[in-house]
Amino acid sequence: MRNHEVTFIVDPVLSGDEIKATAKSYGELLVKEGAKIINTDEMGLRQLAYPIKRRTTGIYYCIEFNNASKPDLISNVELAMRRDERIMRFLTVALDKYGIKYNEDKRNGKIGKAKKKISIAAQAAKAKEPVKKAAPKPKPTPPPVEAKKEEEE
Amino acid sequence: MASRDDIKFLSNPNIGQNRKKYCRFRKFGIKYIDYKDPDFLLQFVNEQGKILPRRISGNSLKYQRKVSTAIKRCRHLAMMPYVTDLLK
Repeated sequence: MRNHEVTFIVDPVLSGDEIKATAKSYGELLVKEGAKIINTDEMGLRQLAYPIKRRTTGIYYCIEFNNASKPDLISNVELAMRRDERIMRFLTVALDKYGIKYNEDKRNGKIGKAKKKISIAAQAAKAKEPVKKAAPKPKPTPPPVEAKKEEEE
Repeated sequence: MASRDDIKFLSNPNIGQNRKKYCRFRKFGIKYIDYKDPDFLLQFVNEQGKILPRRISGNSLKYQRKVSTAIKRCRHLAMMPYVTDLLK
């Protein structure tokens, strides 16, 4: 039960709905092959860092799926992508447990797009902080107050 | 007249040592480097788009390898250039 993630770039020349159709067709192909799709993420139109096939922009899609231990699933999907000229480039990556956790965090918004490091740092710091804060603070403040009240009564 | 000791402490003694470099992945507990996030990876690349060596980026070996694979994947997906000038 390995998690994989395929990221691919669709040729921007096509019309809007055809682009969505290509992305959806690969989702269905994956499901037909027996994979369970966890998430399809559309990163949308982006400027390419260098021209691919004389195009300088591309629409990025990223499908995260769970491979039901069918060995040739990945090769089938990649074969289809190689044949399809609407896909300019694709990259399939296996995800380790940190990758899976990262994608989940990103989905439920724990990791902001820009402040990826800081928010993770905040996450990590928060985990450490309560331990430190809880210990010292409560002890000093409450006891003196009670002591005074008792004396007055 | 200023004696020798005053002169000795005139300049701040530890200007010379620069700050201690640390591996930001271990310090902040980052476990996964996303290859789809170029603006984070740009910090590990110099102006020409080449990957910075460990002695400059201060990463530990384990995370430097992860950073370099992530950068190479990012370049493959054309989110980062292979070579350019004045990247930053």
